[in-house]
Amino acid sequence: MTPIIEIQNLTHVYSPQTPFEHTALSDVSLTIDRGEFVGLIGHTGSGKSTLIQHMNGLLRPTSGHILFDGRDIWEDAAFTRQIRFRVGLVFQYPEAQLFEETVFRDIAFGPRNMGLSEDEIRTRVLRAAGFTGLDEAVLEKSPFELSGGQKRRAAIAGVIAMEPDVLILDEPTAGLDPSGRASILENIRSYQAAQHAAVIMVSHSMEEIATLADRLVVMNHGSVAMSGTPHAVFSRAQELAEMGLEVPCMTQVLLELRHLGVRVDPSAYTIEQAAERLLPLLKGGAAHA
Amino acid sequence: MNMASAIEVKDLQFSYEEQEQGQHIVFDGLSVRIGQGEFVAVLGHNGCGKSTLAKQFNAILLPGGGSVTVYGMDTQDESLLLKIRQHVGMVFQNPDNQIVSNIVEEDVAFAPENLGVESAEIRERVDRALRTVGMYDYRTHAPQLLSGGQKQRIAIAGVIAMRPKCIVLDEPTAMLDPQGRREVLDTVEKLNREEHITVILITHHMDEAARAGRVIAMSEGKIIADGTPKEVFRQAELLRRVGLAVPQTEELMLLLRANGIDVPADTLTVQECAQALRDAMRRLDPNDPEEKTIDAHHRDPESDACLQPADAV
Amino acid sequence: MLKDVTLGQFFPGNTPIHRLDPRTKLLFVVAYITALFLAKWFVSYGVVLAFLLTVIALSRISPKVIARSVKPLLFIILLTAFLNLFYTPGEPILQVWIFRVSKEGIVSAVLMMLRITMLVVGTFMLTYTTSPIALTDGLESLLSPLKRLHFPVHELSMMMCIALRFIPTLIEETDKIMAAQKARGADFESGNLIRRAKALIPILVPLFITAFRRADELATAMEARCYHGGDGRTKMNVLRFHRCDGAAAVVGMALLTAVIVLRRFGL
Repeated sequence: MTPIIEIQNLTHVYSPQTPFEHTALSDVSLTIDRGEFVGLIGHTGSGKSTLIQHMNGLLRPTSGHILFDGRDIWEDAAFTRQIRFRVGLVFQYPEAQLFEETVFRDIAFGPRNMGLSEDEIRTRVLRAAGFTGLDEAVLEKSPFELSGGQKRRAAIAGVIAMEPDVLILDEPTAGLDPSGRASILENIRSYQAAQHAAVIMVSHSMEEIATLADRLVVMNHGSVAMSGTPHAVFSRAQELAEMGLEVPCMTQVLLELRHLGVRVDPSAYTIEQAAERLLPLLKGGAAHA
Repeated sequence: MNMASAIEVKDLQFSYEEQEQGQHIVFDGLSVRIGQGEFVAVLGHNGCGKSTLAKQFNAILLPGGGSVTVYGMDTQDESLLLKIRQHVGMVFQNPDNQIVSNIVEEDVAFAPENLGVESAEIRERVDRALRTVGMYDYRTHAPQLLSGGQKQRIAIAGVIAMRPKCIVLDEPTAMLDPQGRREVLDTVEKLNREEHITVILITHHMDEAARAGRVIAMSEGKIIADGTPKEVFRQAELLRRVGLAVPQTEELMLLLRANGIDVPADTLTVQECAQALRDAMRRLDPNDPEEKTIDAHHRDPESDACLQPADAV
Repeated sequence: MLKDVTLGQFFPGNTPIHRLDPRTKLLFVVAYITALFLAKWFVSYGVVLAFLLTVIALSRISPKVIARSVKPLLFIILLTAFLNLFYTPGEPILQVWIFRVSKEGIVSAVLMMLRITMLVVGTFMLTYTTSPIALTDGLESLLSPLKRLHFPVHELSMMMCIALRFIPTLIEETDKIMAAQKARGADFESGNLIRRAKALIPILVPLFITAFRRADELATAMEARCYHGGDGRTKMNVLRFHRCDGAAAVVGMALLTAVIVLRRFGL
């Protein structure tokens, strides 16, 4: 796999040399590969938001480097500006950014800032609307007439329309109901598959992130505490608990079963995986061998 | 159940006027009764009418037909307005948009001040409310420097300073992180258990609803299921059809049952679920040599109580 | 970042100045400003300055903080001094090109600088030592006689209180929206004035919309907490005058009297 983003010894200090000085990230090194789905977890204040805002150049490192495709994103101003488009960042509650008269124009804001032709803008808006499941009829409405779930999709479409190589989303499903959550996650996955884009998703829901991510990065106190497959990360339940994080519900059930004296591998994290582990034990035969 | 009524909704009709589509009917003949001291979770997808219903409980919205009676008071009687709102307090979703003052204790004092309570008593109520939600040490802080969970607890303190009999919480955890959600849920449970306040929790988090004594599931302005969490979550198909989910432990059990395994279909907590699985394994092998490990491990009686094999259909 | 801007700054403390009733402090500031404007010559200024320094010392506010608060106004202070220096007619002592400096000019420039600086520092002392809430309460209480004339005193103080509460929230909101639009390639820093003004639309529209939504939700939340205007409302912290407020009143009167008397003698 080839890396698309390389973070080297990144440190970020807010309000330096004031009484409010605060080190949000210290010496973080991390590589994101092309086409990879990374789940970023950590409790509030662990440095996740600061980290993702470095990846598209919204924040400038106090020290350290961010490389995109092997090039320092702060090398020259034109490149830094390009990075905004190639690394798309969807903030928490992104519907707060909607401002245009129609959904179409709002989604077109990013592509227009890229300086694309009208035809290309149109193509991209329609494609982004397709990825996020917005009907063409919705595109001519005012964004403020939409339902909560639709607003969220329109806002995500506004970033997807820039067709970034890396799509970063900060809790894209916050505040949505179960069906709304499921469909947004499906949209993100379809974009990733179609564009072979890398996705970095911040989430507080371990169940959600466990089913989606190829790799989990755990942040704690401004550093990367763990990085590995969900399988590897969730098998360190004790350490996660010490960081104030939970393991997915299924892992909890299996861990509890171990407490009850059942020898079962607790690293399953989806319902299907858990059932797979449990079925042999529940069908008799070699259950307690 | 033989308790006094807190809230009685009878044949409620309600619709919003919309400029383009005309009327949007939210409720067409909804009836429900909530008893004093209950902890009820109201579940439903976005836009199913659960928030509109919540606003009917303290006369922020009034019925278009039928009636809502709160502790014997008809919400349409304007002369009772303040009394109704004092009896039924309300906490909203966005913690930032319900805090009035930039000093925590001044904010908690807001409602008693509105009610014309005497100064010395306000002080007493504010201190007590802040202690109840565990925020007394923050009484002189500025709310904008607190975490979401802390702000929401301040909002709860601001409501209990009115000495209400019932609190309605409209998706109080939707904007919080897991830590904040735990804080708020623990506080709400405590109010119900220790202060005997009726709690109506509007949510779309299944695990929160599972902590209530009663769950009412709503869809399109109608109640589609009403009962204990177990009774409601057993109807997984129905819930999924209306865009809701069931707790994951429940999903696991349903999947195992679909594979012909005899496990109960209504385990809500991790402990219950694990114990039920353990029991099912033990049934396969009555001379389970590992049984001792179960006794060695402490189990609280509450989760044990839910493990009657009879529950398994 | 906008967050670094400190508005309505208040430094909590427990000094005699902090403990004074906000009404006393408000009246005191009025007396102080009057004294400052009545002061005619260096002697009077000296008296007022001595008084100001005593208040600063008592309040334990660091001189650094005070210096920082005057800094943004330095330009205005210097400009006023400059104008006074050259445009006061009188006995010329120096002439450079068309600029003529008179003895009276120097005096009036110095006095003007003193007056503005002392005015600014004096009023800042009020906000430094009084919480915004106490200030609002004090103002409401002082203005309450106007209620008889149907002046909306309670509403006004409620509005001030809510504004104070929401300023930090809205600043944070602005930061967030700016970051979100920058992430979509918005450019706020380049181009001519018109382009820059246009670039503000993607910030202002969402900001107004969220502000209105907040206002709406806040109004509902306030109603749910039994808010129904100022009638029959009580207060948790009732303002009460203490002995030190009496002492402060005597000092304030003395200051004003001293300046009036000195003025008679042209000092």
